[in-house]
Amino acid sequence: MEQNRFAAAFKQNAIWLVFIIEIAIFAYFNPKFLSLPNIINISRQVSYYGIASIGMTFVILIAGIDLSIASIVVLVNVVCAYLMMNMGWNMWLAIIVSIVMATLIGILNGFMVSTIGIPAIIATFASQTIFRGLAYILSGGLPIPDVLRYAPEVGLNGNPTLSFFARWTLNHWSIFPKTGIGLIPVCAIIMVICFAIGSFILNKSYFGRYFYAIGGNEEAAELSGIRVSKMKYLIYALSGFFAGLAGIIVLSRTGSAQASSLVGFEFEVITCVVLGGVSVAGGIGHMSGVIAGVLIIGSLKSGMVMMNVSEYTQMVVQGLVLAIAVGFDCFSKKRNAS
Amino acid sequence: MSEDYVLELEHIRKEYPGVIAIKDVTLQLRRGDILGLIGENGAGKSTLIKCCSGAVIPTSGKIKVKKDKDGEVKEFSRMTPQLAAENGIAIIYQEFNNVGELSAAENMFLGRPILKKNGIVIDRKAMEEEAAKAFEQLNIKINPRTLVKNLSVGYQQMVEIAKAIQQNAQVLIMDEPSAPLTTNEVESMFKVVELLKSKGVSIIYISHRLEEIFRLSDRIEVIRDGEYVDTLITDKDPATIPHQVDDLIKLMVGREMTQKYPPREPCVRDEVVIELKDVSGNGDENISFKVHAGEVLGLGGLVGAGRTEIAQVIFGARPKDSGQIIFLGQEINPRSPREAINLGIALLPEDRKRHGALLTNSIKNNISMPIYERISKGTVIDKKREYSIAEGYREDIQIKCPSIHQLVKNLSGGNQQKVILAKWLAAQSKLIIFDEPTRGIDVGAKFEIYKLINDLVEDGVAVLMISSEMEELIGMSDRIMVLAEGKMMGELHKDEFNADTIMTYASGVIPENKKEAI
Repeated sequence: MEQNRFAAAFKQNAIWLVFIIEIAIFAYFNPKFLSLPNIINISRQVSYYGIASIGMTFVILIAGIDLSIASIVVLVNVVCAYLMMNMGWNMWLAIIVSIVMATLIGILNGFMVSTIGIPAIIATFASQTIFRGLAYILSGGLPIPDVLRYAPEVGLNGNPTLSFFARWTLNHWSIFPKTGIGLIPVCAIIMVICFAIGSFILNKSYFGRYFYAIGGNEEAAELSGIRVSKMKYLIYALSGFFAGLAGIIVLSRTGSAQASSLVGFEFEVITCVVLGGVSVAGGIGHMSGVIAGVLIIGSLKSGMVMMNVSEYTQMVVQGLVLAIAVGFDCFSKKRNAS
Repeated sequence: MSEDYVLELEHIRKEYPGVIAIKDVTLQLRRGDILGLIGENGAGKSTLIKCCSGAVIPTSGKIKVKKDKDGEVKEFSRMTPQLAAENGIAIIYQEFNNVGELSAAENMFLGRPILKKNGIVIDRKAMEEEAAKAFEQLNIKINPRTLVKNLSVGYQQMVEIAKAIQQNAQVLIMDEPSAPLTTNEVESMFKVVELLKSKGVSIIYISHRLEEIFRLSDRIEVIRDGEYVDTLITDKDPATIPHQVDDLIKLMVGREMTQKYPPREPCVRDEVVIELKDVSGNGDENISFKVHAGEVLGLGGLVGAGRTEIAQVIFGARPKDSGQIIFLGQEINPRSPREAINLGIALLPEDRKRHGALLTNSIKNNISMPIYERISKGTVIDKKREYSIAEGYREDIQIKCPSIHQLVKNLSGGNQQKVILAKWLAAQSKLIIFDEPTRGIDVGAKFEIYKLINDLVEDGVAVLMISSEMEELIGMSDRIMVLAEGKMMGELHKDEFNADTIMTYASGVIPENKKEAI
């Protein structure tokens, strides 16, 4: 039994071993990979994957899926930029409104999945299409550029009462990409806080117990007194919320909102989550694994860029990593079963 | 092989990481014999038959097959599904491998269709003719064109059997074939089994119901904890059967079973815990009854009589159309299990694995599931309390497990049922509905479940017990209510308990002398 528990612990953390091996390989081929600027760069790059992956983890834990997160990110980009640039809103107000909107989209997904009963893959695909379309309509298909630089001036040209907000925005917006505590960028700090919240929900609060129960067996969970329908609303709302937060990070990094960006982002996030050992059949998975999954994909992308691997080859590699990682897990399960 | 054995398993052993499912089992099946295979749950019966089908690869041991009487003996260290089919071994599992949207004939030829001469198009007509022939051989009336989903469970099973025979199976292994069937269906299944035997097919018949084993088998093999115990020759003389049953139970359990039902001092109190007044809904009509504190009300009837349905209504899982439910003096109308649980109503469902236990969650999490909000500060679980509650019940009702962190799927049926019960005890339920409390549970664990029910009623809990096992119903209830086709047929007090009367009510007939009482 002792040996068994050790084996289980090893298996649960084996993904970290993969991460270490990956780092070692990249470091061997390019010593700059482990340089401080690059590590900081990676931490910036993974931050929005990490944040979005938390909501996705919950969704996949209950055997659902959320295909709408890329559209939520893009719509948050466009709406937040529009509010600041075209309407001269205060930055914080624009951020809060955007995130609330993202959460509401999540609740809409919850309504479709839970109350109406549309399969999650279809319901969230529908909202994916709807909200990317809305982002195009709102932005007229054109990028809203230079959010960082020009936001205040646009505000100043408009209603004079907005100028206060505009100046305030100028002073505060830049904290996301540029500042940080010491060398750690703010977006990475936000990611760490989000992972802490995610782990708290899964391990310390009863919601986590409910999620695992629903993922294991929805009917039995309902008959054990869990209000499954409410929980689904909560989970899709959380997924929308975290996607919205990721959207703000994306906007602060790129400085321009573009309705056509981030195509396929939802699948990259799903890759991180599934790579981290969360079973698509539901009920199985840990936050620590997901963190490893995010870091693996993040450093894989960065490492391949540094090794001058073409973007197309990167896609191939990423697909292979997913198939091999999940395949390995499924195969070992299959072998144990017979 | 000195005698004419069709199938021999020699010293089969199967190890999983950390668990030994089968230590050492030897089994010999003679041509044209019915071998009853019995053992408690977890004894290794299912694993053993999966070794025969190729679904499980034995760690060691040999499988010997002699398909034809004068053929050679073939020896295998493992089977594959193809090898099993080639050697005439077929298995009827508890869950059928049917495709509901296809016809009976198409199901029979699933994966090996008869093709027309061009070799591309399926020859439906030929398949239907072949299927009809196979059904005729078994004396069963099934239209080969009927979609399997429209067949009753009994007929679906017949399609499986016919499929095996059509594939020229010489060895038929049946795993709990009577479990999903109604009494009439069981009877026709027996006829088919006996017919097959007369045609020289050898059968391994696995069942918890010993009376079936006595009725059908020529010999009985007992296994316990993954080890071969003994093989007995069945004596069909009715006079000796009770004695043989005792012997078999001893062999299975490895200890004496003095009584099947533990004694209980009458402890029915005056307080009415739940009263139903003319409740209709979920397929039931005008159901009225009362359950008192400290009382076991047995709910009898055939499968489909509407017993589970009324339980679902009380538990808030299905809505009622009309009528009143009065719980502890107050009218209630629970619209979700959560509401019912908060009131103090609990349900141990019939299908433990699908509706009862959360198999992929730990014992501890299962037990605390309904009370997490109560044992949390804000949303943070008080883990010490969670742990001590689970440990407490583990000791109290003796859930056998290495640790409360173990996943429920790794427990035996009896222990799973105890975990579900612990969950409802933790939720401080005042009415506990048991739907088939001991289905698929082995003899030793059954006795423990009965003792737990006794403890509950002695503490003043009201128990509503749905059971299709006549003996259990009579042995455990203080009163029995019988339903048929969603209607109340009658009520029996302890001094009127009688299997024949219950059966009459259950089949929808009201006996002459009772008519005016209803």
